[in-house]
Amino acid sequence: MITENFRILEVNLTTGRSAIRNVPGVETVLGGSGLAAKLHMEYSRPGLAWDDPSQPLVFAIGPLTGFFPLMSKTVCAFTSPLHGQYAESHAGARSALALRFAGIDALVIIGKAERPTVLHLGANVIEFMEAGYLWGKDALTTGKLLRRILKGSGHRTIMRIGPAGENKSAMACINVDTYRHFGRLGGGGVMGAKNLKAIAVEGNGSCELPQGKEYSALFADIFRKLTDTDMMRKYHNLGTASNLEALNELKALPWRNLQATSDPGIVGITGERFADDTLLRNAACSGCPVGCIHIGFVREKFHKDNQYLYRQVGYDYEPIFATGSMLGLTHAPDVLTVMDEVEKAGLDVMSGGVALAWATEALEKGVVTREQTGIDLRFGDAQGYMRAVHMLGGAVNDFWRTLAGGTMAAAARYGGGDFACVLGQEMAGYATGEVFYVAQGLGLRHSHLDTGAYTYDQSKAPKDVDKALAFLLEDERERVILTSMVSCLFARKVYDPETLRQCLTVLGGQALADGLDQAAARIQKLRWQARAAGGYDPMNVRIPKRFLEVETWKGRTDPQYLEELRLAYAGAIREMCGQD
Amino acid sequence: MKHLVASRMERCIGCHSCSLACARLVHKCLSWENAGIRILSSGGLSTGFTAKLCLVCDPAPCAAACPTGSLKQRKGGGVTQNKKLCIQCGKCAAACPVDAIAQDRQGNPYVCIHCGSCVEFCPHDCLELREAEG
Repeated sequence: MITENFRILEVNLTTGRSAIRNVPGVETVLGGSGLAAKLHMEYSRPGLAWDDPSQPLVFAIGPLTGFFPLMSKTVCAFTSPLHGQYAESHAGARSALALRFAGIDALVIIGKAERPTVLHLGANVIEFMEAGYLWGKDALTTGKLLRRILKGSGHRTIMRIGPAGENKSAMACINVDTYRHFGRLGGGGVMGAKNLKAIAVEGNGSCELPQGKEYSALFADIFRKLTDTDMMRKYHNLGTASNLEALNELKALPWRNLQATSDPGIVGITGERFADDTLLRNAACSGCPVGCIHIGFVREKFHKDNQYLYRQVGYDYEPIFATGSMLGLTHAPDVLTVMDEVEKAGLDVMSGGVALAWATEALEKGVVTREQTGIDLRFGDAQGYMRAVHMLGGAVNDFWRTLAGGTMAAAARYGGGDFACVLGQEMAGYATGEVFYVAQGLGLRHSHLDTGAYTYDQSKAPKDVDKALAFLLEDERERVILTSMVSCLFARKVYDPETLRQCLTVLGGQALADGLDQAAARIQKLRWQARAAGGYDPMNVRIPKRFLEVETWKGRTDPQYLEELRLAYAGAIREMCGQD
Repeated sequence: MKHLVASRMERCIGCHSCSLACARLVHKCLSWENAGIRILSSGGLSTGFTAKLCLVCDPAPCAAACPTGSLKQRKGGGVTQNKKLCIQCGKCAAACPVDAIAQDRQGNPYVCIHCGSCVEFCPHDCLELREAEG
């Protein structure tokens, strides 16, 4: 049910004290992205380093979380180790419902534990557990050990970091319930800096529901749309991996550090290939009947006497791009094997894959040496990449420690910036054209999900700066509503504005429903202001030369269109930041 | 007399739609736990899911343990529940051999009454309302 105030749990790892706060603003910032930005602005200290103990780590859910299907995501907000500014990362699994049933709209963690710690929360529990024995353990082992230690099986979330997070890597993710992640912009590094190995949230409470039949009827109607129509088929059938073949066909799939955008090797890593040869089963986030999580299976012979081990690895389009085509791997089991090592290290798969692709080309071109890397890297060499993942996650020497700070940080030190595939952060797998390059390069999360720019590029839209800019701004505003709810973005066609208004109204949020458009515009600006508070200036963003060399189905990148759109979008962002 | 059976749990994706439906439609709340059917990962997500629900005992030890008649033996197995008679003593939950009865923080018990409200919300047909044999 929608309440007047947010219920926030503030946990201070330095003092070991916690507080429940009633924070106003439900009608103005809704929840999720809006609430995360609001709390980050309130708690963060822009003049201090990202790893200063006073910097907050925020987890926020939305007004519809748990009440409707696919309202199943959590927004994690923090000051990014990559750029020292406001960052958001989104994840599902059980995280959102666990927070809902723990009775809070957001969790704010400040301070730094003296020793490695696990934070255990629930509707009636807040405790800090000494976890020195978990430090150094990989993300999967950490999850397994905590499942044994803590009660609440099946009705809790376990968010944890691997070695990359402990090493404060800017590409360290927070692993959520084994198969989901707060991947981008180094949230895992923030946990590592706080000596926080894991957060376990027990969903052991319950919430009231509206009286009458209206709520249940609306729920059933939305549930039917999700399960009885083809609207979500793409996501539970081949999953996002279906994009691989389509993008390769379009000359829009990055290969070997974006030296090519299409390759015949695609036959080994298409969505069909993964489904036919490796798909073990599907899984779902809690509260989502779609089941888009694809768990692949690979077995590995480790002894000549038919002794095998097996790995279960969650795959999606982005992980296959990052550990597959980007690294020149064209055999699905090899891709899953490298992906599994990335999971264990606790690295964001996209950042890690792109960083290794850059390192491979840098080594090939003599920008860095074998002595510096301590290992040979060759496109297509899965065994080499398995070792390299651990060197990157473990920050084992000067080179890997520098690269763990981001590919552009390594390029600044060693050279090779022209072929660093960095658009604000390591690129997502869409070499679709100018609008996407600008959108990810400048966008708030530097994510392919800030807007649907990759789709806009594929829509044969004319090279019109005004139209592209209008699309970027409007699409972001629409998505901000969903990320404030916090809906899975796969459900964006189901949760159109009118449906969202009905959902809010039936939960007693008539005022929220009536003010949705104004709230969206306000939150869009608020997030940018949170970004600007950390020193962000979109005018300073540059698109590396590699993106000008890219050949897509439309031909080469148009440098003039790219630059004009970059300037126009940067100007619009500055306006939203209140800088003009 | 129909029984709810979780007959195809190997298909389960862990979406919890069934238990959320039970909580919503039968118990009028939003909850993972206050429901007659509860889905758990069976040793972490890597090993799939299992359902905790009433296995239609006849005689039902929970009904036998209930001191007030709040839970009564259901014809054909399982129990019927009259919440107004419950004194939150927890003896039913303790008596259940398969941990199928959940208690909330106030001690109220939640047990499957085989109404089948959950069945239509399972996207993979893991559950069925089956006519009792004999």
